[in-house]
Amino acid sequence: MTSGLVDRHIAFLEALRGAGLSVSLAEDLDAVAALSALPWDRRETVRDAYAATLVKKQVQRPTFETLFDVYFPSLVGEGVQGAEDESRDETGQVRDNAEALAEFREQLLEALADGDEERLARLAVEMVGRFGAMPGRGPGLSSWSAYTALQRVSPSQLVDRIVAALLAEGRTDDEAARTAGRRVGAFTRQVEADARRRIAEEKGPDHVANVAVKPSIDRLDFTAARKADLEEMRREIYPLARRLATRLTKEHHARRRGHLDFRRTVRASMSTGGVPLVTHHRPKRPHRTELVVLCDVSGSVASFAQFTLLLVFALRDQFQKVRAFTFIDHVHEVTHHFTPGADVVDVMSDLAASTAHAALWGRTNYGRAFTKFTEEHADALGPKSSLLILGDARSNYSDLALDRLQAMAGAARHSWWLNPEHHRHWDTGDSVAGRYGEVVPMVECRNLTQLGEFVHDLV
Amino acid sequence: MTWFSSPDDAGARLGEVGYLADPATATTTYLAGALEKPLLVEGPAGVGKTELAKAVARATGADLVRLQCYEGLDEARALYEWNYKKQLLRIQSSQGDDSTWSETHDDIFSEEFLLTRPLLTAISREEPTVLLIDEVDKTDVEVEGLLLEVLSDFQVTIPELGTVVAVRRPLVVLTSNASRELSEALKRRCLYLHLDYPDAAREREIVLSQVPELETKVAEQLVANVGRLRELELKKAPSIAESVDWARTLIALEIHELDDKAVDDTLGVVLKHSSDQARAVRELRLRR
Repeated sequence: MTSGLVDRHIAFLEALRGAGLSVSLAEDLDAVAALSALPWDRRETVRDAYAATLVKKQVQRPTFETLFDVYFPSLVGEGVQGAEDESRDETGQVRDNAEALAEFREQLLEALADGDEERLARLAVEMVGRFGAMPGRGPGLSSWSAYTALQRVSPSQLVDRIVAALLAEGRTDDEAARTAGRRVGAFTRQVEADARRRIAEEKGPDHVANVAVKPSIDRLDFTAARKADLEEMRREIYPLARRLATRLTKEHHARRRGHLDFRRTVRASMSTGGVPLVTHHRPKRPHRTELVVLCDVSGSVASFAQFTLLLVFALRDQFQKVRAFTFIDHVHEVTHHFTPGADVVDVMSDLAASTAHAALWGRTNYGRAFTKFTEEHADALGPKSSLLILGDARSNYSDLALDRLQAMAGAARHSWWLNPEHHRHWDTGDSVAGRYGEVVPMVECRNLTQLGEFVHDLV
Repeated sequence: MTWFSSPDDAGARLGEVGYLADPATATTTYLAGALEKPLLVEGPAGVGKTELAKAVARATGADLVRLQCYEGLDEARALYEWNYKKQLLRIQSSQGDDSTWSETHDDIFSEEFLLTRPLLTAISREEPTVLLIDEVDKTDVEVEGLLLEVLSDFQVTIPELGTVVAVRRPLVVLTSNASRELSEALKRRCLYLHLDYPDAAREREIVLSQVPELETKVAEQLVANVGRLRELELKKAPSIAESVDWARTLIALEIHELDDKAVDDTLGVVLKHSSDQARAVRELRLRR
């Protein structure tokens, strides 16, 4: 390897480490060994070799792809096709006017409706080059903006027409809408990736690596998630619940050995001439708790509450009984929505529909919700039950009803409060996290990893 | 012996024995052979993880040694075990003799009384071997520790006999459903490959190679329908194994046109949850 390659390799590894992948020195050496054993004529081969040696978790793969594209770009500048493009005029400037924009959108629409991946990749490069250029204040200061390009071409406005085209192919409404949304989303990501590539080319990859990488889905904050992220998170819930259940069963089994079962041990020793080689034990009785979940479903924290509810109900067999209530300023029981084996999407839409029952005036009021809960559902809490409250503790400066919360916490065996906000935002503005936290222990729970850990410890 | 001469060679030879590998799979398999490192394969159920190991064994003419992992697997069933009953017999039979205790002691800890289990078998073999450690995520964390010595140095230490070093390094394939995170130490020693559902063209090839009787037109419809099902939010998306099962079902039922009714009738082959079936029927408007 020449020195330039080694530098780039080291910088790439540093960027991966910076993005949260734990790349050890041994893996670094493996990567070099793998690259030495391979022909370098294809970019994909190099990428696969890096992926096989450095990325050991699939959730980190998108981060890896982003950084690989930045450090080992697939093309430089406009690429070969771009240079020969006839859309440039005599002065070599890229043509950019209303007519060109309209023409480009037609091409894009066609490609999106066909789902032609190769053409879309080409269009993404062209789009940033033509509509995303930001003239700089001087030579060398020019830059590229995916945002500008996306605002001007606005592929999201093409969705309706793509849907129409897909319907003509005989797809159903929902399916067409979903496909169109996904294709536009993928194209948007391609455009963003191309803008990153161009910026990296001009300012150096390290500059981009620090700012352009999103956290992987299990570390993404609930409150910062976009719509597409939320859908992806929802898909993660069942695998997460399954992983947790496996882990719990396993830990449970590890602790299962109870007293020595004398009869079985002696009986088993018969086959080894009366020498007891293996001891046998009686199983222990499992201990299961009842869980009462009380969650704030007002706009700001609704998605967090839904995820937690889904996860808790996916693990329902680990609990003796689960009851769930939602509130904004009024309490509404939602346990009946979670039937065993129910469809995730249906449950989510039912929950969204039932939000209306949890609100009288539509402004979050924790005090009123707690008061209503103790009046109407006091029987839910008993000496065997654990109370779990979900919310950001932002009560619009209303009465806190601390004594009611105290009574609820006293009636239950354990109680916790999960707060989806970062710890540093607690007690800012109308947040009363500190005061509620004195009554019920408050835990920060911002992403799927933290949520999984908490639920695991709870069981 | 080198396992494969290049990534393309790996892809081609796997293809010959009926495993259609994508470039990433071919490259990683080649690397596993070239670097003599274990290969950890993860992915959803039914995408051909175990099949990859079997195909490598077929393609290279090696023998397959398989260790199926399960909860409660211990070293006695993974590495080796002393044959206690035979040892007891030996001690009891020598009680009448004049032979001293030390002789008996040395005797009962010799290879005659050793039961080799898959890991030790794979290491001590002289012929080319593919070692498949299946569903490694099902084991307890302690077993992972046990695997470390085998996977990094290809040796097994038996306190009474000493260290057995591999005569010929086997190609190790570990598979996992990711039902729990494997330890960093294990992952660090392995190459990693994530197998996912294939794209439509590759899936059609796979289905046609597994079920050659299927008409090309029906295969295309089948793959398109499986693709549509995977886009839905299902509890368990149909895997390649289920596509192949579906193809066999269509042959058995002599269905030559996979229309909405035919899909509805045979949906049970690909979707195994009642809520998934209800969702598919509703979203794809199978019953009008």
